Amino acid sequence: MRNIFKAVVVVALAAHPAAAGVSTLNGAGATFPYPIYSKWFDDYNKVKPDLQINYQSIGSGGGIRQITARTVDFGATDAPMTDKQLFKVDGKLLHLPTVLGGVVPVYNLPGNGDLKFTGEILAGIFMGKIMRWNDPALQKENPDAKLPDMPITVVHRSDGSGTTYCFVDYLSKVSKEWDKKVGRAASVNWLTGLGAKGNEGVAGLVIQTPNSIGYVELVYAKQNNISYGAVKNASGKFVKAGVESIAAAAAGLKMPADFRVSITDSPNPGAYPISTYTWLLVYQKNPGEKGAVLREFLSWMLEEGQKRAAELGFSPLPADVKAMVAKAVQTVQ
Amino acid sequence: MAVTAVLTWQLAVNSALTWKQFGWSFLWSSTWDPVREVYGALPFIYGTAVSSGLALLLAVPIGVGCAIFLVELAPKRVAEICAFIIELLAAVPSVILGLMGIFVLVPVVRAVEPGLTAGLGWLPLFQGEPYGVGMLTAGLILSLMVLPYITVISREVLLAVPRSLKEAMLALGATRWETVMKVSLPYARPGIAGAVFLALGRALGETMAVTMVIGNTPQIKASLLAPGYSMASVIANELAEASSDEHLHSLIAIGLVLLGISLVVNAAARAMIGLLERRA
Repeated sequence: MRNIFKAVVVVALAAHPAAAGVSTLNGAGATFPYPIYSKWFDDYNKVKPDLQINYQSIGSGGGIRQITARTVDFGATDAPMTDKQLFKVDGKLLHLPTVLGGVVPVYNLPGNGDLKFTGEILAGIFMGKIMRWNDPALQKENPDAKLPDMPITVVHRSDGSGTTYCFVDYLSKVSKEWDKKVGRAASVNWLTGLGAKGNEGVAGLVIQTPNSIGYVELVYAKQNNISYGAVKNASGKFVKAGVESIAAAAAGLKMPADFRVSITDSPNPGAYPISTYTWLLVYQKNPGEKGAVLREFLSWMLEEGQKRAAELGFSPLPADVKAMVAKAVQTVQ
Repeated sequence: MAVTAVLTWQLAVNSALTWKQFGWSFLWSSTWDPVREVYGALPFIYGTAVSSGLALLLAVPIGVGCAIFLVELAPKRVAEICAFIIELLAAVPSVILGLMGIFVLVPVVRAVEPGLTAGLGWLPLFQGEPYGVGMLTAGLILSLMVLPYITVISREVLLAVPRSLKEAMLALGATRWETVMKVSLPYARPGIAGAVFLALGRALGETMAVTMVIGNTPQIKASLLAPGYSMASVIANELAEASSDEHLHSLIAIGLVLLGISLVVNAAARAMIGLLERRA
């Protein structure tokens, strides 16, 4: 019996050559960057076959809770942690930006191509103040569009989400009334509309419902082939979301040392205004060898990983931010 | 018993913040605002109650009717095949039913709703925009979900009605209809009541299919066409991203309320079946 047990142990050890060091890293958090993260972890496993990185896309809130409780090695979030949340963290937790994404207004208005929206119009629609498609405000920005005299069906996320956070963060910046009545969070108290679960739920309901409008992450709008509108940015230009215009939102902005920054309503002329960073949450001090392994992965992510972002619809980090993050990564132990 | 006790204890401990902050008013306040940390469970309790009630309203007559047809009228072979198919329906995962709801039921309801508003719009029940998703659709999908339970169990208890009783009734010159109404149904009543409560239990806790079609809007509207929200749905929707303690505790508090309601329904079912059996 004992021999069998020994044999099993030997076989198990042989199957895991890295058993002496770190063989797995566990992470949890945001769903929004999940497509790119799973690709990174997969590709990195090819570079370092001994290391397996597991990632559960359970949502930013769950990621923050788990990394705070140290039940995972890294977390991921689409909205920077609040001071109140950071207060509960024991030790120094770093926010490391990884890629950028954008949220687009999608609509189902047969016979119409690209529509133009301003922040005020979007806030008005999602607050239930602009209730019909032929509203004068919409007509003013879209003189050539065929806007029907029909009620607007608003579709928003029912589940808490980083996509919602980015969208309402933008609306809070451009509309005082929105800020006062609704505010910003991963789930908010919507004043109007239907709730659908997930980006795919919102996309699905918008496709099905004539005269509806919703918001989804750019990747989903492209995948589902739904029309999405251009949004007027802070310098007065109408910009459609794309890998370049989202990257432009981040370029040259002042980055605080802790990387907790919102880039919605960016002042850059070419910027798409509803853009956001997404972050990995990593402790500066990690037990045993884990810090070194994390550092190595993060350095790979900044070089090799960034090159893979655009093909999945995410924008890579601007060069100056990348340099700052690289410096921060070196402090991980 | 022990599991239920541990569950209740866990839910109570993890929702302590909410009870401390809002007390009983959590149950009847109707604002749900995660930004300002104000939480009230009423729209969800209402949504669960109305969608489940609607489901039973539709499913009980149809389910019991089906059972009567299968037992009393249908040829044996047809009845067996039908019963088998209905039992299969009970095994369809709820997320599949939800998908069917989105792709089949919602467009149909959206097409029918303007007719409802035109014909019955004077009733507050049928007013408002025809979104397709909403309380009515949730009730429909739930009724589809609980129908097999009611039919299958009702059929079993109707089959168990002693042949001698029915034959005695027929021998006295009663019609088939009278036999069903006066002998079979009263005899089977406790079993059918049990089926209804089992169905209610399933409808109260159903999450996925309801989330996909109810519209997920925490509001209390008289109209069945308006979107609503259910207790199980809000937990499933918001738990993953609930980053503040207050939000998390409020969601767990809703779980506790849901558990409480389920237990009460179960206890009521026991009591009622006991009462019916004594009378029968």
